[in-house]
Amino acid sequence: MTAAVNPKKLIKGGLHDWEVVIGMEIHAQVTSRSKLFSGASTEFGGEPNDHVSLVDAAMPGMLPVINEACVAQAVRTGLGLKAQINHRSVFDRKNYFYPDLPQGYQISQFKDPIVGEGEVLVDLPDGESITVGIERLHLEQDAGKSLHDQNPTQSFVDLNRSGVALMEIVSRPDLRSSEEARAYVTKLRTILRYLGTCDGDMEKGSLRADVNVSVRRVGDPLGTRCEIKNVNSIRFIGQAIETEARRQIAIIEDGGTISQETRLFDPGKGETRSMRSKEEAHDYRYFPDPDLLPLEFDQAYVDALAAGLPELPDAKKARFIASYGLSPYDAGVLIAERASADYFEAVAKGRDGKAAANWVINELFGRLNKEGHSIETSPVSADQLGAIVDLIGEGVISGKIAKDLFEIVWSEGGDPRQIVDARGLKQVTDTGAIEAAVDEIIARNPEKVAQAREKPTLLGWFVGQTMKATGGKANPAAVNALLKAKLGIE
Amino acid sequence: MTSLNELTLAEARDGLKAKDFSATDLTRAHLDAMEKARALNAYLVETPDRALAMAEAADTRIASGEARPLEGIPLGIKDLFCTEGVATTAGSKILEGFTPAYESAVTANLWRDGAVMLGKLNLDEFAMGSSNETSAYGDVVSPWRRAGSDAKLVPGGSSGGSAAAVAAHLCLGATATDTGGSIRQPAAFTGTVGIKPTYGRCSRWGTVAYASSLDQAGPIARTVRDCAILLGSMAGADARDTTCADLPVPDFEAAVARGVKGLTIGIPKEYRVAGMSAEIQALWDRGAAMLKDAGATVREISLPHTPYALPAYYIVAPAEASSNLARYDGVRYGLRVPGKDIAGMYENTRAAGFGREVKRRIMIGTYVLSAGYYDAYYVRAQKIRTLIKRDFEQAYAAGVDAILTPATPSAAFGIGEKGSGDPVEMYLQDVFTITVNMAGLPGISVPAGLDAQGLPLGLQLIGRPFDEETLFAAAQVIEDATGRTRLPAAWWA
Repeated sequence: MTAAVNPKKLIKGGLHDWEVVIGMEIHAQVTSRSKLFSGASTEFGGEPNDHVSLVDAAMPGMLPVINEACVAQAVRTGLGLKAQINHRSVFDRKNYFYPDLPQGYQISQFKDPIVGEGEVLVDLPDGESITVGIERLHLEQDAGKSLHDQNPTQSFVDLNRSGVALMEIVSRPDLRSSEEARAYVTKLRTILRYLGTCDGDMEKGSLRADVNVSVRRVGDPLGTRCEIKNVNSIRFIGQAIETEARRQIAIIEDGGTISQETRLFDPGKGETRSMRSKEEAHDYRYFPDPDLLPLEFDQAYVDALAAGLPELPDAKKARFIASYGLSPYDAGVLIAERASADYFEAVAKGRDGKAAANWVINELFGRLNKEGHSIETSPVSADQLGAIVDLIGEGVISGKIAKDLFEIVWSEGGDPRQIVDARGLKQVTDTGAIEAAVDEIIARNPEKVAQAREKPTLLGWFVGQTMKATGGKANPAAVNALLKAKLGIE
Repeated sequence: MTSLNELTLAEARDGLKAKDFSATDLTRAHLDAMEKARALNAYLVETPDRALAMAEAADTRIASGEARPLEGIPLGIKDLFCTEGVATTAGSKILEGFTPAYESAVTANLWRDGAVMLGKLNLDEFAMGSSNETSAYGDVVSPWRRAGSDAKLVPGGSSGGSAAAVAAHLCLGATATDTGGSIRQPAAFTGTVGIKPTYGRCSRWGTVAYASSLDQAGPIARTVRDCAILLGSMAGADARDTTCADLPVPDFEAAVARGVKGLTIGIPKEYRVAGMSAEIQALWDRGAAMLKDAGATVREISLPHTPYALPAYYIVAPAEASSNLARYDGVRYGLRVPGKDIAGMYENTRAAGFGREVKRRIMIGTYVLSAGYYDAYYVRAQKIRTLIKRDFEQAYAAGVDAILTPATPSAAFGIGEKGSGDPVEMYLQDVFTITVNMAGLPGISVPAGLDAQGLPLGLQLIGRPFDEETLFAAAQVIEDATGRTRLPAAWWA
């Protein structure tokens, strides 16, 4: 409660500085082949109502049966969040009427969730880290989808998503800026993707956030919060928080008070607007679902799942720093996606870690981003990039040629070593050939030579000329040494 | 000679096996009787074509020596069980026009064993009622009449159609369900035998839900043995219902002849409720004496939380019902009454589709689950439920094998006589049976004589969890000592 307030994170109002307090409820779709309580497919897309079982359509007499794969995913996620795993949890019914909710209730977990308190370490762009508390994680069913644009007078319902498993991950109100909120969601997404428990695809709706926002003057108790529902991109999360915080500040500074309500963020208009007030809030009449027994498992079950967990982002980052001598920033970039980290490790294996990291981050990632590729579809394999790094290390090619070589491998493929041989890209280390070029340049530019003796920085110009004359293949170290000697520069 | 439809199920089975008559003959006898008995309004739907086709298939199997346990046995199905291709209404207007594309687990088990489906039986709407007067499709009339009177009597409920059809020889046995007494009370009112097995003995998959933690399917038939045969086919593990027990089904029929020698029968003093009639008390004493004569030890026991069972039930059951019945919204199946918007459509559909008693229970259930009331009602009711269960556990731990009580506080009453002013008057019908559902135990109702007006009265035996066998054994002793109940003359035919 009394954590030091970072003044940079405060929002300037007209009268005061304000602290924004944010808590998040993330709905993450569980990666599983079938739904939480039915055998219907969870595949994205498909014709409306293609993936609907009798249970999902709430036909009379149909009963839910828990999908064990979803339970395992929730436990694995809990372990990834360093959270308390509850050996006994209870499914409750959350009752409300809506056409895309066929049962008239959502099966969720209210009092006794499968996962209790945990935490997420979040690195911020300025190099700082914060720890965000996780209050709980519970399993629940997704609803279907109402389609309002198919018919002028009627709405249609698509139940393909009805009953798909979601994990609701509730954070403590530990976030203090839109930047922290974005970093938190990004990190959570990374953890989920490492675990393979959620694909984190926000465009498909696999990850959605409800954002609770309040503001207060530094040192004051928590303000009244508003919940912004269903924000579906990390960028919008940031925008929604900024917009909502400023709205609240303006109201309070005008002498008004915030009323607790549920709001929607409209990215087009850049505003949040009221969806329903506290008075209109549903009474969900939660009670334990009598169709389902309490969910119980023992520690051995948890241990077996723990044993099968992959290395998680924090551990990987620490290892990259320790074993490869990477900067925390570079390590952070590389571990953001498991596939990137794996790619890097394949390149770094038996090579200089820093060089590998430079090539992966600067050349490869830059190019992938530019072309809209992911690491999985990279035209340059880790072996190929590794060979390029080797060729530089062995002094066979210069850094500049290596970039050209990278281009060739990117667009044409092939074994980098063979390309170097076939296209004569080897750098010239024959000092005789380099010396000839140097001599010629010195002979043709007597004025520059004189100037260079006064102003040694002109050496660079001579280096450039020599490289140009040798088609970039001259070994830069040899060129430097020769020029210095011939020009008499120390 | 007895008409084929007046045989017991066991007699019919043996007759078919001995080829004394064909399954087709047996089915036709029932179809004829059903046609003549429409005044009873027991069947909502008759399925003669299907019945005859199934009977014919049964005859083929019998001829080729491949008869299954219930080969050719014609049964009626309570219209709470979903039946593939046959309209299923749960006695409600809201399911008008609904024809399931699937078969309930219990009925599928019966067809697997060769039984023949005669049709769907009337019931209280969504199994909510004790007289079959809440059905949206009219009252069922009991085949029984008071001596010297032609006043129409109720068959009990909610399995009123099942009980009336069995008593009037319109099937050899029927499926039924019991949430608070809906098998045992109508069985007692109609001189038939009905068992509510242990919660989890029969799968609930495909049976329209009323109160999920209490609902349990079971048979009504004319003898204890017939009930044992039917339950043996209806029961069994089912992965589609996680509350269904993963236990083998014992040979219930074999248990019928076990007797009660050496068993201890408990007589719970709390069931001697205020205002109990002398007739019921005498019946109860007579039952105890029958068991004692057959070699059982009878002793008084205490189940101290009994008085709280009925009020707790009327919190738990409506709470679950209010949620279970939310799916009847007019969107996907059954009745739809348009409205100006979606909420209007819900309101119009549910207002027109549900009857008074169902609405009452939905409202009670919604209320007791509401914020601010949940702890005071639902949570406390669940605590009472735990205490009731513990009462029974302690009795069984002290060596009691089964418990004997009256099945109902009185014999059948007249249509329209009860509950129109005060619904609690009707709810009190279940005062002896409801504890059994709250504790998830098996209970059987067996005829034990007639009252002064010539109407049947039943006794209830309550057993240990998954010990239906002892109930069949003890009920058989009572049936033997009482003599088979004389069934009513067919005044309706």
